[in-house]
Amino acid sequence: MKAPIFALAWKSLINRRLTAALTVLSIALSITLLIGVERLRTEARASFANTISGTDLIVGARSGPVQLLLYAVFRIGDASNNISWASYQEIARHPSVAWTVPLTLGDSHRGFRVLGTTAGYFEHYRFARDRSLDFAAGRPFHDLYDAVVGAEIAESLGYRPGDPIVVAHGASDVSFARHDDKPFRVVGILERTGTPVDRTVHVGLEAIEAIHIDWQRGAPIPGVSIDADQARVMDLQPKAITAALVGLKSKIVTFRVQRFINDYPQEPLTAVLPGVALSQLWDLIGIAENALLIVSTFVVIVGLFGMLTALLTSLNERRREMAILRSVGARPGHVFALIMGEAGFLTLLGVSLGILLLYALLLIGQPIVESRFGIFIGIGMPSRYEWILMGTVLLAGFLVGGIPSYRAYRLSLADGLSLRV
Amino acid sequence: MAAWVPQDDQLLVIDIRDLLFRWDDAAPVVLVLGQLSIAPGEHIFIEGPSGSGKSTLLSLLAGVTAAQRGSVRVLGKDLERLSSVERDHFRADHIGYIFQMFNLIPYLSVVENVTLPCRFSSSRRAKAIARTGSLEQEARRLLDHLDMAHGDLLDRPVTTLSVGQQQRVAAARALMGSPELLIADEPTSSLDADRRESFVNLLFEECRQADSTLVFVSHDASLERLFGRTVDLAAINEAPHLAEAAS
Repeated sequence: MKAPIFALAWKSLINRRLTAALTVLSIALSITLLIGVERLRTEARASFANTISGTDLIVGARSGPVQLLLYAVFRIGDASNNISWASYQEIARHPSVAWTVPLTLGDSHRGFRVLGTTAGYFEHYRFARDRSLDFAAGRPFHDLYDAVVGAEIAESLGYRPGDPIVVAHGASDVSFARHDDKPFRVVGILERTGTPVDRTVHVGLEAIEAIHIDWQRGAPIPGVSIDADQARVMDLQPKAITAALVGLKSKIVTFRVQRFINDYPQEPLTAVLPGVALSQLWDLIGIAENALLIVSTFVVIVGLFGMLTALLTSLNERRREMAILRSVGARPGHVFALIMGEAGFLTLLGVSLGILLLYALLLIGQPIVESRFGIFIGIGMPSRYEWILMGTVLLAGFLVGGIPSYRAYRLSLADGLSLRV
Repeated sequence: MAAWVPQDDQLLVIDIRDLLFRWDDAAPVVLVLGQLSIAPGEHIFIEGPSGSGKSTLLSLLAGVTAAQRGSVRVLGKDLERLSSVERDHFRADHIGYIFQMFNLIPYLSVVENVTLPCRFSSSRRAKAIARTGSLEQEARRLLDHLDMAHGDLLDRPVTTLSVGQQQRVAAARALMGSPELLIADEPTSSLDADRRESFVNLLFEECRQADSTLVFVSHDASLERLFGRTVDLAAINEAPHLAEAAS
């Protein structure tokens, strides 16, 4: 006797399709938001963890792992100290070390950090599941005054290969101390990566040395001026670097090499595993993602309350319908099932539509999000956690539906066959 | 009040004995009936002003409520001994009900409204199918008899039908699957005076064909003469006397 009542519930719903559609839509949108936030959260976390990959250790002066990660990879903040060139050479010569890439920071170009490094950077730096840096235009630096810029710099400043740029001393956006006696030339533009690489100007390690050759303690030496071409023939061997990326021959020796660097007697150094430091950093940022999830949970609750309001409002005008059903033999239980079936159906439809909407948005938005933010969002089946979220919303929909259903049940018991208009 | 006397009353469609009813323990007694019997095939006119206990009597006959004392026996079943679910089943299987107005479910078609009882009663579904072969055909046959099958009447939304047309659809629904008892609660009060008589005559004819007993409640005394028997509820309900005696 349950099937006929659901056929009736369906027809009744069709009769009130505008309200029903609005209810379904509000549940659908809230589900799209909830599952969308959850998916973005997971993918952003994975993408964040992939800001740097393929590097086994990041080495810097003695500091906390998060601080080292922030300045060496994210170009946020400054190093407390440098690594001497001798120590760097010692690490590079360690038998377990396959390659090293030196990083020197400190200068900027119109607010973007300038990184002094070697050509090895373009070879060894990896991000997002082992993708390497590709050139959108041009080539790596060969000449002393060549510069390679990230995608965001090229886009926001409109740079093309061949354009001249001037590096400023320090990180300040409006730096008055410019190295304008030794201008650089853009020779390469990198593809967008969604990592801090996009906001970095890359130059050779020797170039950093060259532009500071007539500088001392952050200011030009008075009365000394060495022009760009004179600098070329001078000794440009750096005395110190800011940090270094280290690749090992085998992952098994990672902890041994880390200990070797951390216990290095000549100089206080820190070596961190990028993955460990990244997850520590994420734990700090994670509070915001939880806040997002909480907000979207509340949006779902609001959506369900919308359904509750719509159902409760409809009850009074449907008391006549219920008396008629009772007169042809419907039990109060049928009346309960009629409203319950409606609530369940609305929720189910809302959740399904919400998921469809999410996948449609993912299909449209995936390439945009990937190119703009470097976050690759997989369009796979919902994860186990997402299924649990959907199931919870369905269950909540049924529980919420129980309220008007029970009220209708009570009303039909009290009204019996009397028609209330 | 007469004492309850067991007797062979298989022949009676309705047999009420020593009934006393109040809506709850704190409420005043609204209906006290010594005896009311209705035989199969009878067309009975129950008259009484509002407040005489009409709607209470109909609730009891339809099994929506049960007597606290005495017995309401319908088709040989003491309704007060059944559970509320059993009474709902009983109503679905054996009783056709016509309201005063607004009988139809707005989101169902005319035919769907007529076949509605068969969704809740398999015996009425079986009887309807046995008669003309399918539920829809049986609904169309009844509607045709009630002069509702012509033109585009069947295809129109029920809300666009006139009050008289709606009442005829309601009659077809009540007769669907030939229930033994047809209860009509002031079905003509929303009709024009000249249409009332023809509606009642249509009901008579259909009840005869379906072998149904008709209990027709109305305060419109002008229809009384059409019926074989009249029960004046105000005269036989002893509840007011009980209230007087108490005060």
